Amino acid sequence: MDIHEYQAKEILSKYNVQTLDGKIAFKTSEAVAAFNELDSDICVVKAQVHSGARGKAGGIILCKTDEEVRNASEKLLGTHLKTIQTGAHGKLIEKLYIESGCDIDREIYLAYVMDRAKQRIVIIASAEGGMSIEELAAEKPETIKKIEIDPVVGLTGFQARELTFALALPKEVLGKAVQLFMGCYKAMVDLDMNMLEINPLVLTSDKNLVALDAKMSFDDNALFRHPEINELNDNSQKDKREISAAEHDLSYVGLDGDIGCMINGAGLAMATMDMIKYCGGEPANFLDIGGGASPERVGKAFELVLADKNIKAMLVNVYAGINRCDWIAEGLVQVVPSVNLKIPLIVRLSGTNVEEGIKILKESGLPIILADTLKDAAQKAVDAAKQ
Amino acid sequence: MSVLLNKNTKVLVQGITGRIGNFHTEEMIAYGTNVVAGVTPGKGGITHLGKPVFNTVKEAVEATGAEATIVFVPAAAAADGIMEAADAGIKYAVSITDGIPAHDMMRVKRYMLRYKKEDKMILTGPNCAGTITPGEAMIGIMPGHIYMPGDVGVVGRSGTLGYEAASQMQAEGVGISTSVGIGGDPINGSSHKDILELFNEDDNTKAVMLIGEIGGPQEAEAAEYVKKYMKKPVVAYIAGLTAPKGRTMGHAGAIVSGKGESAIEKVELLQEAGIHIIPNPSEMGSKMKEVMEKHL
Repeated sequence: MDIHEYQAKEILSKYNVQTLDGKIAFKTSEAVAAFNELDSDICVVKAQVHSGARGKAGGIILCKTDEEVRNASEKLLGTHLKTIQTGAHGKLIEKLYIESGCDIDREIYLAYVMDRAKQRIVIIASAEGGMSIEELAAEKPETIKKIEIDPVVGLTGFQARELTFALALPKEVLGKAVQLFMGCYKAMVDLDMNMLEINPLVLTSDKNLVALDAKMSFDDNALFRHPEINELNDNSQKDKREISAAEHDLSYVGLDGDIGCMINGAGLAMATMDMIKYCGGEPANFLDIGGGASPERVGKAFELVLADKNIKAMLVNVYAGINRCDWIAEGLVQVVPSVNLKIPLIVRLSGTNVEEGIKILKESGLPIILADTLKDAAQKAVDAAKQ
Repeated sequence: MSVLLNKNTKVLVQGITGRIGNFHTEEMIAYGTNVVAGVTPGKGGITHLGKPVFNTVKEAVEATGAEATIVFVPAAAAADGIMEAADAGIKYAVSITDGIPAHDMMRVKRYMLRYKKEDKMILTGPNCAGTITPGEAMIGIMPGHIYMPGDVGVVGRSGTLGYEAASQMQAEGVGISTSVGIGGDPINGSSHKDILELFNEDDNTKAVMLIGEIGGPQEAEAAEYVKKYMKKPVVAYIAGLTAPKGRTMGHAGAIVSGKGESAIEKVELLQEAGIHIIPNPSEMGSKMKEVMEKHL
């Protein structure tokens, strides 16, 4: 789960990481008032959306007067910010963060990530801040410093000092830097983050270290033990179909094709989508109904996929291990008449109770196209969608 | 022989009295798995499905000589259950649970390093369907009858895609020595490479099928191993060609977040290492058969 910059900064300040004064604004009048309340000649109006690269997309505007703040706010609020990370639809700007400015001496890149090869948290840092890590890796890989953290011992003092010196920070800020690196690590572990990025971390001309931006991503699997983080969830930043899927505890990713997919198991779901593509079609979504799917759950999942109006054919592919084909069939037989299905439905069942499942589908008299194999199913779906 | 598991392996079930543990223990026993005991804290002393139940893994190991375990423990406590098994001297653990926090798994992996190599436990999973040596034993939740005994070792992340592969292979008359699920989580017990190493040394495994997916470095690592050390033909399929970047596709680990993590990049790496690529998931069985006929 991702959160907004202002929320990430609130968390960081609890861990002794310095941030600038700022206020959140939902309306232009609030944005102007926020600027006046800040003790600063300038401010930065920052669109709060779940994406990086906001600056390049025009979502971050430096302002010196009320008029400029008003213009910036009116330009941004209620629009969709399209960055290189958001896709073509962009993300809705519902709120702005009005932040004071500071005198920047140097910019630093700092990130804590879960390194899947090392299976540990690794700090990635560079004295060349402001660029994305992808750009840094491509253009200045020699400036990147990595520190691997033992999960039992945690980040040690000598590692934090090593990092400080590697970033060529002045010795006056050594203590502050160590405290900041330690604080970030503690926040990441305490709150089960997958990723924490401060880009840039700045050295100010009065020798302070300030997090100018902050990005955090949390492990969905650990949210059960962090209800306070779960509350920061912002549905305005998500695809409507995905919000509804999450409510039913279904794993769903919306795509741009026209063949709706309802499959059990993440691997089989991806493979089925690949097969559709191989047969010349485009999948409309990824959907894993999971193990032990009851007829009710099957019905909910079906309705969810169907809510996408681009769909021209629907493909159900289930290889039942812990699932039962008869339950899947029952779910389909209940849901198909109730949604007045107008597009072709292709079903392939395999595994536990497959004979019972196919019998239920055949006896229902519903116009369901049965398929034997994965390829057969994908080909029939692609053909049906083209008609 | 086979890897990790055979009909004599003494298997323990952690969480045997739970709904899911109970159901799959019955299935495993019916398949022929040598289940010797169960563990449910607080229920020590009872008998369940004809097996003695203990309060701790240590007691169960002392009383029955259990060598392997399957951990049916809910996500919040699963990491603890795995560490308990490692500490009790279990040699092989399968973790089925989906949804274990990644930070918990990082601690588990670090904890397992405390043992000497010969005492170290092998963990597969979490978030996997388990391991099966067809015709002998299974530690997992898979439908056993679709796996035909034979000489292909299978390693893969996904449960249902593994079923698809097994049934395609059965239809082609290609059998399996052992099929190992390594699970869909970002931090997991064993990698593709770890399992390839076992198959490379196993006399009963003549070829290997690797079923990978988007996300993470483990397919690239496997490619490097195959290029340098593998003595047997390897056939591979990578799921997720149509997956968009930056989105989690069901499995917590199935996300393209950096260079080398997309399906296309992985396929290229595997191909360079001399691995036979399965062009689409309906050809898992036929490609395996073709390679077996050509190279063995």
